[in-house]
Amino acid sequence: MKRARGVTFNHNPLLDKGLPVWRPRFVLLALLGCSIALVGRAAYLQGVNDDFLQAKGASRYARVIDVPATRGRIMDRNGDVLAVSTPVKSVWAIPEDARLQPAQARRLAELLDLDVRELNRKLASEKEFTYLKRQLPPELAERVAALKLPGIHLQQEYRRYYPGGEVTAHVLGFTGVDDHGQEGIELAFDGELVGKPGSRRVIKDRRGHIVEDVESIRLPQEGGDVTLSIDSKIQYLAYSALRDVVKKYKAQAASAVVLDARTGEVLALVNNPVFNPNNRERLTGAQLRNRALTDTYEPGSTMKPFTAAMGLEKGKYRFNTVIDTSAGRMTIGNATISDSHKHGMLTVAEVIQKSSNIGVAKIALSFPPEEMWSFFDKLGFGAPLGLGFPGEAGGRLRPAKTWRPIEQATMSYGHGLSVTVMQMAHAYLAFARDGELIPVSLTKQSGTPVAGRRVFSAQTAREIRAMLEMVVQPGGTAPAAQISGYRVGGKTGTAQKLDGGRYTRRYVASFVGLAPMSDPRLVIAVMVDEPSGKEYYGGQVAGPVFGQIASGALRALGVAPDAPLVPLQVAQQEAPREHM
Amino acid sequence: MTDRRFDPRRWLMLIVEPLDPALLLLLSLLLSYAFMLMVSASPERMESQMINSAVAVTVMWVAARMPAQRILALALPVYVVGVLLLVAVALFGEISKGAQRWLDLGVARIQPSELMKIAAPLMLAWYFQQREGMIRAREFIVAGGLLLLPVGLIVKQPDLGTALLVAAAGFYVLFFAGLSWKLILPIAAVAIVGIGSIVGFGDRICQPDVDWVVLHGYQKNRVCTLLDPTQDPLGKGFHIIQSTIAIGSGGVFGKGWQAGTQTHLSFIPERHTDFIFAVLGEEFGLTGAVVLLVLYLLLILRGCVIAAQAPTLATRLLAGAITMIFFTYAFVNMGMVSGILPVVGVPLPFISYGGTALVTLCLGLGILMSINRSYLMSK
Repeated sequence: MKRARGVTFNHNPLLDKGLPVWRPRFVLLALLGCSIALVGRAAYLQGVNDDFLQAKGASRYARVIDVPATRGRIMDRNGDVLAVSTPVKSVWAIPEDARLQPAQARRLAELLDLDVRELNRKLASEKEFTYLKRQLPPELAERVAALKLPGIHLQQEYRRYYPGGEVTAHVLGFTGVDDHGQEGIELAFDGELVGKPGSRRVIKDRRGHIVEDVESIRLPQEGGDVTLSIDSKIQYLAYSALRDVVKKYKAQAASAVVLDARTGEVLALVNNPVFNPNNRERLTGAQLRNRALTDTYEPGSTMKPFTAAMGLEKGKYRFNTVIDTSAGRMTIGNATISDSHKHGMLTVAEVIQKSSNIGVAKIALSFPPEEMWSFFDKLGFGAPLGLGFPGEAGGRLRPAKTWRPIEQATMSYGHGLSVTVMQMAHAYLAFARDGELIPVSLTKQSGTPVAGRRVFSAQTAREIRAMLEMVVQPGGTAPAAQISGYRVGGKTGTAQKLDGGRYTRRYVASFVGLAPMSDPRLVIAVMVDEPSGKEYYGGQVAGPVFGQIASGALRALGVAPDAPLVPLQVAQQEAPREHM
Repeated sequence: MTDRRFDPRRWLMLIVEPLDPALLLLLSLLLSYAFMLMVSASPERMESQMINSAVAVTVMWVAARMPAQRILALALPVYVVGVLLLVAVALFGEISKGAQRWLDLGVARIQPSELMKIAAPLMLAWYFQQREGMIRAREFIVAGGLLLLPVGLIVKQPDLGTALLVAAAGFYVLFFAGLSWKLILPIAAVAIVGIGSIVGFGDRICQPDVDWVVLHGYQKNRVCTLLDPTQDPLGKGFHIIQSTIAIGSGGVFGKGWQAGTQTHLSFIPERHTDFIFAVLGEEFGLTGAVVLLVLYLLLILRGCVIAAQAPTLATRLLAGAITMIFFTYAFVNMGMVSGILPVVGVPLPFISYGGTALVTLCLGLGILMSINRSYLMSK
């Protein structure tokens, strides 16, 4: 091991010979090599590649940020605010920075209404950013800010608030946390409501703090307001009437639509069950459904006036034409249809008043299916109305060439086809407007109403209106729909529900009516799904709801009474029951 | 000595006498540089770093005043205590950031592996001194064992960075003592083949399901990240990408003191400790980096001269090893921050924030000065 010994540069004579020169030289060479590598690397990064890396560096701090635009308001026809965005703060944290004392964590958890363990779990996360609580009211947010906790930050956001709560829930829908509409008008008119966020160029540090505001690139464009055709007062009337009827009859659901017959505007649109749009935790699908537009049902006898109108319009029948329904039963092919009572000889008017299935079936069967299909089609059945509302259903009206005679007969009294409550109300506009049909609208119309489309003559419309008025008079199926001070009219419907192709003992009770009859201003459609108990007839269940809404709405609109204000004397005698 | 009156010149001489002027000058320059960077990177730690520096310089002065033979006499006890502390760490140590490195003595928390960076070469130098004149293969085997014991304990903690530095410190002693090339070459060959295969087959062996047996998962990640930092830019590659960008965006002359955007907007991770070189690169550019490198090279050159003049085998070995440790620290840190070496926890000598490393380094400087003094006295 002579190499181990002796070094020329040592003064110890024992070590004076030995270690080869190349060993320290090797070390020096290694030193030199490493240094050159370092300088080379530095020169590459800083001299050659520096433009690229400088750009990379700049891209890390220069940011273009969105300046949020406030979402527009939604108002009713009188300018009452139905939906408004209020500023709120979201609380977020950089977990790494948020080293909280146990007492601080408890205080924060209390303000945020969070469990302390939940809070600590969020703060222990590996992420660089985590939301602790979104959409905190401003006063709470201020108290959080006052704690001055490290790593806890606030972010400006908007929260949608619906002053009407449940009352307008289905019409308005709601927005998600990203401030975009998810349901209802909020979704249908999202484009108008959102506005355009502006942008600014800023310098941000890694934590996302804005260090310097460089320049404004574009100012935010605030969202536009939407004015609905809804009248809050009528909406509330309809809402409370439905709430009461669902409670009273322990019904599955109910819907009501109120239209302004002059303009086609929707004055009220309500459903039950309903939800609170300001607190959407634990929502069920049943609560969310805007049934009046999205759910179809077999309308039953409320279709009969259209069949009668077809008979009158084509000149085959007149107001007083007598139809024999005395058998109470009628066999078509190998099927039989029946009335609940044997009515004997009835005029067309009485067929409607007493709701005879056999009577309207006979009228229907005197027309070829194509003619009946085209009549129903012109009334807007079988296709969506095109309100632009999400999930709007069109109902079912099969092509005429597939109709068998028994089907044509049942369709004349509202079975074998399906409609929405809105479609039904819309079609009744034709009776209210002397045979002319106009589109319905959820937004407030200004100026002259859109030109209508004639479906049948004014004469036919007037005659049918007379029949509808008879329905609510003694001898009709819905005396309970009468109100004091106004003449009203309408048609009841009590449809058995289908389940797996068979009719069950469950019913849909409905009433569609007009008021006041002297110069119809309102069309009101009411549908109650599965009222339970002994009373399930449209005249019993839905008729009074119509009355309640009509009475309040006419007064709210200041419509002049056209009948004496006498105490009502209804149901003196047992009203005839209509079936189907 | 009869004159008891206060004589400032005499006192000054007493303080300055043990210190080597060249090393002292270089140290002052490096510490000034460090303070300048600290103002930029983390001004709130300034005071604390000044205290650290004062403690470290005192330690250096004490070591420098101590005769080299006295220091060597401490080799065995310091080594034994060091190893015992390492064992204690393994048994009772505190776990921080996934590794068991710290030992809480009640008064202070210490990191015994840090002590080993000086204790290991000291022990080996002392040992070779004892066997002077009859150093053969057996002696190298014993010395290798003395080195592997603490290194193994540190690897277990796990702290690969420190283990490598301790191993390197010991290896320098072995190398200067004349370790046969027959032994060095195979180790070098294994290392070259290992590194070569990692670079060559990087894509395949960096798959998440491949287990590297010898290294921990996080160590494998560091190597793989070096090969392609962009694979996980927000996770494991974050440090390297951010620091290369900072260095590169400095250009030739830098963005100027306290004007580094990456630094001041907190984009550089660990900017006051291991990654402070990135701050330097951004604010002082290529020029600043070369100045620092030159300071280090001068320091190392002076260390080499002291080693060459050392009067005994032990002092020569020790001086050489300490000098090389300085170099290793500097090279590994700068290499890691500029993206040519994997991320291992090695601070930039004399510059990074942190007391322990600074004390160790100044202790090394003190030992160098002590060795220099024994040379001057032996003349």
